[in-house]
Amino acid sequence: MESIIYYILTVSLAPLFPAVIDKIKAVSVGKKGPSLFIKYYDLIRFLKKELVYSKSTTWIFRFAPLIIIITYLLALLFFPIAGEKPVISFNYDFIVVVYLFALSRFFLLLSSLNTASSFEGMGASREAFMSFLAEGSLFMTFILAVKLTGVPSLMGFLGNIGAQILWHQAGIFAIMSIIVIFMILIVENARKPIDDPDTHLELTMIHEVMILDNSGPDLGLMEFGSFLKFLFFGGVLSRLIFPVDYNIGALNYLIFIVGLFIVASALGLLESISVRYKLPRNTTFLISSFAIATLALIFSIGVK
Amino acid sequence: MGLLKIENGVAVNIEDIPLLTFDEFKDKILKFTKTGYVVQHFAVPCYGIKGDTTNNKNNNENNNKNKTSYKIYTVLRNDGGLYVISTIVGNSYESLSQYDIKFHMFEREIAEQFGIVPKNHPWLKPVRYHKNYTGNPDVFGNDYTMPIPGNYPFYEVEGEEIHQVAVGPVHAGIIEPGHFRFNCIGETILNLEIQHGYQHRGIEKQLITCKKKILPPLIESVAGDTVIGNSICFSEAIEGLCDYVANEPLLNYRRLLLEIERIANHIGTLGGLAGDVGYLPTASYYGRIRGDFLNMFVFICGNRFGRSSVQPFGVPFKLSDSHIVELIRRFEKLKKEVIDVGNLMLDNPEVLGRFDYTGMVDTETAKLIGLVGPAGRASGIEYDVRKSFSKAKNIYDRGIELVVRKDGAVSSRAKTYFYETLDSIEFCMGLLKVSDLKINSNNNSSNNNGNSKKLEEITLKPNSFIITMEEAWRGELSHCIITDENGNIIRYKIKDPSFHNWTALELAVRNEGIYDFPLCNKSFNLSYCGFDL
Repeated sequence: MESIIYYILTVSLAPLFPAVIDKIKAVSVGKKGPSLFIKYYDLIRFLKKELVYSKSTTWIFRFAPLIIIITYLLALLFFPIAGEKPVISFNYDFIVVVYLFALSRFFLLLSSLNTASSFEGMGASREAFMSFLAEGSLFMTFILAVKLTGVPSLMGFLGNIGAQILWHQAGIFAIMSIIVIFMILIVENARKPIDDPDTHLELTMIHEVMILDNSGPDLGLMEFGSFLKFLFFGGVLSRLIFPVDYNIGALNYLIFIVGLFIVASALGLLESISVRYKLPRNTTFLISSFAIATLALIFSIGVK
Repeated sequence: MGLLKIENGVAVNIEDIPLLTFDEFKDKILKFTKTGYVVQHFAVPCYGIKGDTTNNKNNNENNNKNKTSYKIYTVLRNDGGLYVISTIVGNSYESLSQYDIKFHMFEREIAEQFGIVPKNHPWLKPVRYHKNYTGNPDVFGNDYTMPIPGNYPFYEVEGEEIHQVAVGPVHAGIIEPGHFRFNCIGETILNLEIQHGYQHRGIEKQLITCKKKILPPLIESVAGDTVIGNSICFSEAIEGLCDYVANEPLLNYRRLLLEIERIANHIGTLGGLAGDVGYLPTASYYGRIRGDFLNMFVFICGNRFGRSSVQPFGVPFKLSDSHIVELIRRFEKLKKEVIDVGNLMLDNPEVLGRFDYTGMVDTETAKLIGLVGPAGRASGIEYDVRKSFSKAKNIYDRGIELVVRKDGAVSSRAKTYFYETLDSIEFCMGLLKVSDLKINSNNNSSNNNGNSKKLEEITLKPNSFIITMEEAWRGELSHCIITDENGNIIRYKIKDPSFHNWTALELAVRNEGIYDFPLCNKSFNLSYCGFDL
């Protein structure tokens, strides 16, 4: 029961964190920035709008937003929010989670190709390439965590005991994991320096260009999906940074949320000073994350 | 017999312009453009010019053919000066573009405006999309009752892995409409073809038919970001056709405004470049600073783009002492900010990583297509109208330096914009501090002498040809006016620097990634409406 309450509460807070990023970006260049609730207003605005479908699209394009949001909601069910027992948990559930993400991406790619737009085709090709590289790093990190904690589930290495074991085994691996997950977070959430969420130049976009043809509630679902994605990766980081357990649910939860704010702020700061990479350099960034994850796994052979 | 040397802003009689047979004309200008460049190349229907018919051989032979012959004027430049030459052609002539690429856009324009076919033109397509002025059969076989332009073939690359990307004319952001057709292999651009015409308003046609008092606002609307540049060219042309000599305060005043326009737009370009690579600090601060410079126009004339601040024979707005003090104060404050924010970007290795070796136009290519303006100087072309043909050359010689960079990459263009901005700020401050800007007092006294005339009342020199040039912020801008025996304007030709430079963008992005196109495009920052006229 508790885990369901945490789940609903956390999902409803999801639009808050991307707004923190925007706020920090605005403040860093001397602007006032939008309200922290801007993403809620956005979602309401999207829901009120009507749907427009291009003539070249088929049922795939109409179903994709729904499938995407459902897969993200499902993936979050496996997440040990604030270290509490998640709604669903079983051995090797992280494989399910990774492939739920892959499934949503698959439908995102299909829906963008479905529009028959040359921009979206390019975006799909870029996204497929980037995410295929990111997936490897994510798996490597999970394998490392499983190896160190010995429990092959998200609850096992992000739950209240697991995350602490990770630090106690050898802190360096936790730090390396944090770095890798942060890099994956940048890629998965289409943030600078990989992608620029604020750009209006279709030719340079990766993620944004794939949802150009979505409108109204569909676009709202897509956006909400990306908030949930941030919630998942931000949540992993928050648990890794603060693997605390005070035996008081509310306090743990508070610290979890603070962790999420810290991750969002770090991302906001990075976005305000960084410059977007030339597209081919993204590969280097992704390969580096994979290399760090693999190195960590190799070094961990001697542990225990 | 040959080329007639002319001066910027000095009217010449049409009959003095050498009229050659087409073959002589062709040989002459092709020989010239090996080292020189084309400023203007345009056609005038012959029946409008009575004075010419004496020289017109066709006319003596066949009077009926008179209507189907056109006079082509070409204004050329080299380091030595400006030259003009003309010829008569019928409904077709041998294309010059097949020998020299500098003519390709001009010949397409002539073909579109008058239905004259340049035979063997390598890529004969409309420049804009409109019916020709003469009622001749359309060269391109287009039906202009169709609402949507774009009915023309595009250059295509074929192959299994080739994909075409069409960008525009409905553009993201606030860019003007234009169509860009890419042929790519993966992320690499093999060929880009740019097609404009979506902002065609028929300005050249209106300029001939409208009332004289409508001329200044019409000229100001040619390109909203080059109001001062166009107005200066127009004013000097009208003054030249009235034998009015602008005094130094007037020249100072106009150049002050021109430089503010240059600063504001260069800063806008630099801010845009920062925005395109996602570098927030410079993008945001330059956005604000550009506004501060535009507000100087508000302070002087009440309009952010300086509309109606430059007019022939004088100025409608007074620049008082308190204005000058306030402007100097603003310049001093902004100068520091411009330097700091600009260095923040140009010293950032990540930014330079994006700018360096991107969108390169080497000197050889630049010379081949006749690149002008800051883009030309970034590619190693030592040409600045301010330092060569400008009417205010001696004023500019006091402050403006001609700096040329070599490799013509985005970084060179960015640095050219940046250092030209600093140069212009210094120049403006010098102008405000030292020079005489008291036009209104002079103007008031000369009012009695009848120097301040109403446009509607003036009569222009008959049978004259005048060309005016100035370095607008994009580069060499030139206006050309031809009058008939009553002093009416029968041809008003405007050439925006973008007319030369769009070709450079097409060449700059070859073999670049398509993701770098927006950056290359911004680094040229060319005009859509100035091109479409």
